[in-house]
Amino acid sequence: MERTIINPAPVTAKKPARRGGGLQPFFRKLLQQRMLVLMSVPFLLWLFLFKYVPLWGWTIAFQKYRPAKAFNDQEWVGWANFKFLFQDETFYQVLRNTLVMSSIKLVLGFVTAITLAILLNELRNIVFKRVVQTISYLPHFISWVVAASIISTALAPEGIVNILLMKLNLIDQPVLWLGKGEYFWGILGASEVWKDVGWNTIVYLAAITTIDPSQYEAAEIDGASRFQRILHITLPGLKPVIIILLIMNLGHILEAGFEPQYLLGNGMTVDYSDNLDIFVLKYGMDMGNYSLATAAGMFKTVVSFVFLLSANTIAKRMGESRLF
Amino acid sequence: MSDLSASRKRYNSWSDKIFDICNIIFLCMLVVVTLYPFINMFALSFNNANDSIRGGIYLWPREWTWENYKYIFNESSIYHATLISALRTIVGTVISVFCTAMLAYTVSRQEFVLRKFVTIAFVFTMYFSGGLIPGYLLIRELDLINSFWVYIFPGIIGVFNMIVVRSFIEGLPEGIMESAKIDGAGEFMTFIRIVLPLTVPALATISLFVAVGQWNSWFDVFLYNSSRIELSTLQYELMKILSTSNTAANSMSAADQFAAGQSGASMVTPTSIRATMTIIASLPIIMVYPFLQKYFVKGMTVGGVKG
Repeated sequence: MERTIINPAPVTAKKPARRGGGLQPFFRKLLQQRMLVLMSVPFLLWLFLFKYVPLWGWTIAFQKYRPAKAFNDQEWVGWANFKFLFQDETFYQVLRNTLVMSSIKLVLGFVTAITLAILLNELRNIVFKRVVQTISYLPHFISWVVAASIISTALAPEGIVNILLMKLNLIDQPVLWLGKGEYFWGILGASEVWKDVGWNTIVYLAAITTIDPSQYEAAEIDGASRFQRILHITLPGLKPVIIILLIMNLGHILEAGFEPQYLLGNGMTVDYSDNLDIFVLKYGMDMGNYSLATAAGMFKTVVSFVFLLSANTIAKRMGESRLF
Repeated sequence: MSDLSASRKRYNSWSDKIFDICNIIFLCMLVVVTLYPFINMFALSFNNANDSIRGGIYLWPREWTWENYKYIFNESSIYHATLISALRTIVGTVISVFCTAMLAYTVSRQEFVLRKFVTIAFVFTMYFSGGLIPGYLLIRELDLINSFWVYIFPGIIGVFNMIVVRSFIEGLPEGIMESAKIDGAGEFMTFIRIVLPLTVPALATISLFVAVGQWNSWFDVFLYNSSRIELSTLQYELMKILSTSNTAANSMSAADQFAAGQSGASMVTPTSIRATMTIIASLPIIMVYPFLQKYFVKGMTVGGVKG
């Protein structure tokens, strides 16, 4: 994401450093640019406080943390919290749930968004296209609380889903969709698609507009059908975008999201709906075991970063565009 | 794209037509699936609560009433929560957008000595964060628990937003800022008088992202301020209704609800309260969204294409 710009630094080159120290021109420049410094340093302090101090807070994963004690009085326990974590069956369960839900979201999200983008692109009526696009983006902007309220109303025993399925004779009596753990992953996947499929098409639609139209014309003259054009021109044109998004999403594979699982899940579905974030919340906030919860959170961040780096390296090997 | 219209005549084969028809039918279904839940909630919220229990409310209220809305806004807690939601949206957006723009301006100056350091320090935090518990302990340490400012301070700078604004400023003609400096304007004045007005399109985009995020958030209320009802927000109130009714509604049949509605002789039911709250919580977004949609999309593509 960071563009590298080589700074020619002509100002310092003109003035020879007087007392040999390379730092002096730096400070002189800093003084010259004191206004810019004043405009950015407060935010650096903010950053340090709100983003870097919590990183230091990872140390409590190696302690038997007691909130009332000062830092120096905390008892250090080494890797004990991690050992406990890796022996905890619930941890493996939430890890499984996290990975499964992320994978469903990843695969379903990609397939539906690319399909929808291609279908939208094939529309010839521009007004209809705009209307569909505008409507399909809408659910992205409502909160998960509102979405969960809508979804649980639709899936209620007397909700629209049960009514439709009964009218179609697919079921004999209403199903308690949100009361069965086995259904949860499917419901979550469908809910995520409902909420974000339209929004996720934006990137693909933008990429499609960069495909050279003369390619389509040439293909048509050669007698290529609509499907052949999609398969051999549109999809290859989307490849770079698909790969970069895949990398970004692989880096977030342990972040299956928190809100939908928390809001749609309930006592009857915990075995399937609880993921790493909910595990952290339950151990940390509900049970007050800050150290164990921090260890789990730290595990998540570090593994995510390793995934991201690996995906980035693979993309580099394949000669594709990459994140950094 | 205009080249395609020239070749339109050639798209006339049978298979093409069938494809088009199927495509249009499919997309119409998508529109229905997207909009129906909102319309249904709207209908439920304006329908007489006891009548709703009979079922059969789909697209339009059967017995129109304002009772549900009156009941909810008579609950002073919800009225107050709406105010807090609006306040955090306005205050949070103004502060965050101004600060993010100012920081973006400093890192857009090529000659700024701390430019790289600041950028890297911020981008690093996109990948590494302390997580829930250390964050919570920090907020507690700072004494921000049970305070309005916990909605504002932790999110002042959005790194992604900063990158969006920085790329935009870097695209402005360099000469404009140079001439301001020759006229003797300092960096701060250049930022306020020259850069801010020129950056309005980018600022509009990030304002929308920040405002939507503020309006929609409930987790910070839940985590930090759940014991102070006067700091509660609309989304959190809805979340509370949802979590109590989720288990109840799953087990409670329509008949039970009907009986409960009759015996209490109340004018509202959990179902209609929830529908009404859902409409109130999403209404501002549904109303402004169609007009501002292009800014959202612009922000998405600015951030997405850069890599």
